[in-house]
Amino acid sequence: MTEHDTSNPIRDAIAEAIEGNEVILFMKGTPEAPACGFSARTVGALQALGQPFAAVDILPDPRIRQELSALSNWPTIPQLFVRGELVGGCDIVTEMHATGELADLLGVDDDGAGEEQPAAETVEAPPLSIENRLS
Amino acid sequence: MPQAAEIKRRIEEAIPGAHAQVEDYTGTGDHFRARVTAPAFAGLNRIAQHRMIYEIFGAEIGGPIHALSLQTEAPEPERQQGAL
Repeated sequence: MTEHDTSNPIRDAIAEAIEGNEVILFMKGTPEAPACGFSARTVGALQALGQPFAAVDILPDPRIRQELSALSNWPTIPQLFVRGELVGGCDIVTEMHATGELADLLGVDDDGAGEEQPAAETVEAPPLSIENRLS
Repeated sequence: MPQAAEIKRRIEEAIPGAHAQVEDYTGTGDHFRARVTAPAFAGLNRIAQHRMIYEIFGAEIGGPIHALSLQTEAPEPERQQGAL
């Protein structure tokens, strides 16, 4: 992770997306149309807290998932990153939502009202399609 | 095709003192849910705990094992001694 390999543009784009977005979710499908129940539940937890987040659909290119998992040392999708750190997948995010830890980590109220968060910037990093979402 | 009992056995063999309950929640041999307690989890965050289990199965996760839903914790005495 410390070496910058310019011969791997997909991994670079993923790393830049993680760096450039305070809250970013790599998922199957989109927040509006999740393609997997685990991704859907993770989106649901973020939306329940009113948390804006960037989302990347990993399905269009299998290399996105390969490179993401190599970078994060985490085998499954979805993967939630907050401030550059892997928080976890569906199990961990769901558990942290239930205990209130997710709200603490994100700095939002747990009642769903949510503090006003500055919208994350959209990263132009083809071939990743990154969308910023509000609940 | 992996069976729940095999996944339980492999987790318990790989992590000393681990106790695993594994359920094949679709009945199709590819989606599993595991609840694992192990003294080795004490002081580790959830990411590190789950990675210990994922590492047992390597490329099988996402392959023959489509999903392995995890809930992990250290046994009660270890939790009290841990950083928390």
